Amino acid sequence: MLYLKCPYCGQMADETELASGGQAHLRREGPDSSDSAFEAYLFLRDNPRGVHFERWRHAYGCGKWFHAARCTRTLEVFGTYRAQMGAPPQDILAAIAARRGETA
Amino acid sequence: MSEPGFVSVSELGAGMIALRGDLRSKVFRKAAEAGTGLKLPAPCTIVWDGARALGWMAPDELLLVVPEGEGAVTVAALEHALAGQHALVADVSDARAMFHISGPGAREALAKLTPADLSPAAFPVGTLRRTRLGQVAGALWAEERGLTVLCFRSVAVYMRDLLADASHPDAALRVF
Repeated sequence: MLYLKCPYCGQMADETELASGGQAHLRREGPDSSDSAFEAYLFLRDNPRGVHFERWRHAYGCGKWFHAARCTRTLEVFGTYRAQMGAPPQDILAAIAARRGETA
Repeated sequence: MSEPGFVSVSELGAGMIALRGDLRSKVFRKAAEAGTGLKLPAPCTIVWDGARALGWMAPDELLLVVPEGEGAVTVAALEHALAGQHALVADVSDARAMFHISGPGAREALAKLTPADLSPAAFPVGTLRRTRLGQVAGALWAEERGLTVLCFRSVAVYMRDLLADASHPDAALRVF
């Protein structure tokens, strides 16, 4: 079972209380973009074996969207952070680097 | 409910008002305290004063519980207190159903339905949590005399059956 800590209400939410929102930090391609860039924005997603940044919604709780960094191979959660952040914060990146260094 | 379970489950009538606004804003907090007559609760808690309760539902949402029938009057008072502010006051009394679960084993009965940790240490009196109960969303909080469950009115019959099932006399548990 996956548990994520909601960065808004601070609760440890069970996987069944959450709704998955797919890959995080997508950059929207506007009307001036090329067809291939727009297609990539709409449909093409990374599917890494390893560290993945994802969007989740605390659907059965406070209802807020947030971001989570976790490993798709070990299911280890490196941390969660607010949806307003356009990129993973330094402490999450540091946590990933520390853990990856250990297991590499 | 056909036969009494190991805990007592009763549906409560209550006036409920959803209050939304920026809970970090000092101006909003002051007006909300004046309008509700209660001190604003800390995240994931509920506060009481007599028959009124104020629960923290989300970083931008509070729930005010008042005696049945007082919803409309309270909405008017709140709207007056919050005049000119970016806030929402909505009477949700008829949109929500409230159940009270009391007796020894109340926590066990609810723990069968939700992933939330309901042990007295993790969920002391005054804690509020929005979570999943069976297949539906709900909020629950701990009081001195039991636990209260809140869900949408549209799933109230499901919730009543769920609670009756969880408190079946043959399924009593003592864990906490």
